[in-house]
Amino acid sequence: MAALRVLFVDDEEELVSTVVERLDLRGIDATGAMSGEEALTRIEEQPFDVVVLDVRMPGLGGFDVIKRIKQSHPDLEVILLSGHGAKEAAETGLRLGAFDYLQKPVDLEDLIAILHRATGRE
Amino acid sequence: MRPASPWIDPLDPTEVEAARPYLAGPGAARLRRTVVLATAAVSIVPLLIISFLYYDQYERSLRTGTLEAVSRQVTNNKRALEFFLTERRSALSFIVQDRSFTELCDEKTLSRLMKHTNDTFALGSFADLGLIDAGGKQLCYTGPYDLKGRDYHDQDWFYRVSRRGVFVSDAFLGYRHSPHFAIATKHERESGEYYILRATVNAEVLAEQIVTAGLTPDDDVFLVNRDGVLQSPSRRYGAVLNTVRIPIPHATGEVHVLEQEDEQHLRVVIGCVQVADSPFVLVYIGSHVRGQSAGLSLPRLLVFLMVSIAFILGVIFWGSGQLVASLRAHNLKRAELMHKVEYANKLATIGRLAAGVAHEINNPLTIINEKAGLLQDIVKLEGEFPRRDKVLGIAESIVGSVARCRKVTHRLLGFAKYMDVASETIAVEELLKEVVSFLGKEAESRNVTITVEAEPGVPNVESDRGQLQQVFLNILNNAEAAVRDGGHIDIRVRMAGERRVAVCIADDGIGIPKENLDRIFEPFFTTKEGSGTGLGLSITYGIVQKLGGEIRVQSEAGKGTCFTVLLPVRRG
Repeated sequence: MAALRVLFVDDEEELVSTVVERLDLRGIDATGAMSGEEALTRIEEQPFDVVVLDVRMPGLGGFDVIKRIKQSHPDLEVILLSGHGAKEAAETGLRLGAFDYLQKPVDLEDLIAILHRATGRE
Repeated sequence: MRPASPWIDPLDPTEVEAARPYLAGPGAARLRRTVVLATAAVSIVPLLIISFLYYDQYERSLRTGTLEAVSRQVTNNKRALEFFLTERRSALSFIVQDRSFTELCDEKTLSRLMKHTNDTFALGSFADLGLIDAGGKQLCYTGPYDLKGRDYHDQDWFYRVSRRGVFVSDAFLGYRHSPHFAIATKHERESGEYYILRATVNAEVLAEQIVTAGLTPDDDVFLVNRDGVLQSPSRRYGAVLNTVRIPIPHATGEVHVLEQEDEQHLRVVIGCVQVADSPFVLVYIGSHVRGQSAGLSLPRLLVFLMVSIAFILGVIFWGSGQLVASLRAHNLKRAELMHKVEYANKLATIGRLAAGVAHEINNPLTIINEKAGLLQDIVKLEGEFPRRDKVLGIAESIVGSVARCRKVTHRLLGFAKYMDVASETIAVEELLKEVVSFLGKEAESRNVTITVEAEPGVPNVESDRGQLQQVFLNILNNAEAAVRDGGHIDIRVRMAGERRVAVCIADDGIGIPKENLDRIFEPFFTTKEGSGTGLGLSITYGIVQKLGGEIRVQSEAGKGTCFTVLLPVRRG
C-alpha cells in the first residue's frame, strides 16, 4: 500500500515543520504549506489524499481554500483545524465539504485516526 | 401582580419594611423632619387661618344677628306695652270727660263703668276704680276692697297726678298688699275745683302683655323702674318688687342694645328701652350670643382643630416614614442593581480578556505539544542511549502539562464564547435527578446523601437542557467536594414568585468564608489549590445569566452553603 499523501497547511512554520516531521516518522508522506495560496499551488503540483487546513490564516482563510479545493478537486478530502471551538465554524466547514473538524491543540494520534478514516484506510 | 408604575419601580412592602431601621439614622431623620415640617406647615397653617377667619366671621354675623334679634324683641314689647297703657289712659280720660262729677260719685254707676270698660277691652285689666277729690280723699270706690274714704293726699302718685294731669305709677303693694300699679287722670271742673279718677291694674296683668315667644330658657325679659325694682316677674331675679342685681343702662325711648357682664361675670346681651309715659324700663337679658349652643362654639372649633391636626400629623408622620423608607429601599435596590451590573461587566471583561489570552496561548501550546511529541518519536526510534528514559519522562511531562493548559484554555474559551441557547420544556426535578445520577458513584462511595424534593405544582421551565445540566453539575460538584464523608446535600425545587422557579442546593459542608463569598463567581478564583481551574462557578454564573436567571449564594463557614438558582418559567 502506498504511503498516505497529506498536505498540512498552517501559518505557524514551527507547527507545520514539526507535524510534517512526526507524520513522516510514522510513514505518512506529509508536505507542509505556510498559507492558503501555497497550499493551492502544491495541490496543483502534486497529488494528495488529504489536506489538513487551519481555518484562520492571513491571506486566504481556511474556508476560502476549501471552497477552491472542492471546485478543482472534488474528491480531495479536507480536515479543518482551528483554535476556536465554535459550533458555527465547524458547521460552516462541514457544509463546505470538510470531512471533519479538529480543535487545536490536536493530539497527533487523533489526527492520524481521522486521516485514515478520511481515506478509508482504517 | 402589582401594576408597574411608569416612573418608579414598584417595591415589595417587605422591601420597605426592611429599610425601616434606617429611619433611625441621622440622614433619614433629617430628611424625615424636613418632610414632616414642610408638609405640616403647608397643610396646618392654612387650616388654622381658614378656621379662625371662618370663626371670626361666624361670630360677627352671629353677634349682629343677635343684636338685631334683641332689638326687635325689645321694640315689639315696647309697642305692646305702650299700646296697653295708652288704651287704659284713654279709657279713663273718656270716662272722666263723658260723665259728670255727680254721676261718678254714684257707686253703682262707677261699678257699671268699670265692668263695661273691662268687657270692652276683654283684658280684665282694671282691678278697681275710684274717684278722689282734690284733698286726696276717695269719694267713691268700686272694686274688691273696702277703700272708700281712704286718704291718698300724702302718696307720691297723688302728688304727681295733681301736677301732671295723667300718671302711671310704679308697682307697689299699697293697702291691699298685692303688687299693682295705678293709672290716674285729673279732671278740672269749671269752678276750678278738680277731681281724680284712678284705676289700678294688677302687676300680673301688665306682665302678661310682655311677649315671651321665641325666648330661649337663658333669655329673660322684664320691666323695672328707674331704681332697678322689678315691675314684672323675672327668670333671673324672681318676683315683682325684687331688686335687679345687674346695672341697667340708662334707658331712653330709643332701643339700646349692648354687651356686658352679668353678676356672675358671664357675657350677656342687654337690650333696654323706656316705655313712653310710664316709669317702666323694658329690659331684655340674653345669653351672650344667641344660637351659640347650636352652632360653632370656640371650644368645639378647638376640639375640631386639634383632632384634625392630630390626624394630619399622624398621616404625615406615617406617610413620611413610608416615603423615606421607600426612598431608602429604592436606593438599596439601585445600589444592588448597580453592583450586579458592575459585577456582570467585570465578569464579561475578565471573560473576554481570558478568551483572548487563551486563544493566543493556544498556538504556541500546540507547537510545544507537537515538539514534545516529536521528541518522544525521535527518542523512541533512536534505540538505547544514556538517560533515554529520563528524556522520555521529560517529554511525557511536557505533554501532560500541555494537556492541563489545554483544559484551561478550552474552558476559558467555553466561558467566553457566544452561547447558542436552545429552548425546550424541562421538568426541573427530572433534570436534577439525572444530574445527581451523573455524580452517582463517587457520592455513594463517600456515603453522601443527596435528596431531591419538589414542591407540588412547580411548572416546567423553558430553557437549555445541556446548559442547565452544566450549571447543576458544577454546583453539585462543589457541594460534593465541600461535604465530609456521610454529609448531606438537599436539593429543593419551589416557586419564587409567579414567574420563576427556584432550585436551592444546600449542603452541610465546610462552607465559604465571608471574605471569599464575594469572589466565588470570578474566573480563576479557587480554593481547591492545585486541582481546580477556578472557572466552574464563573461559567455557571455566565450560563445562568444567559438563561435569563439569577444565582445567589448564602454560606457560613463550618455550617454549609446554599446556592439558589432562579430560573424564569418562560424565556424572554
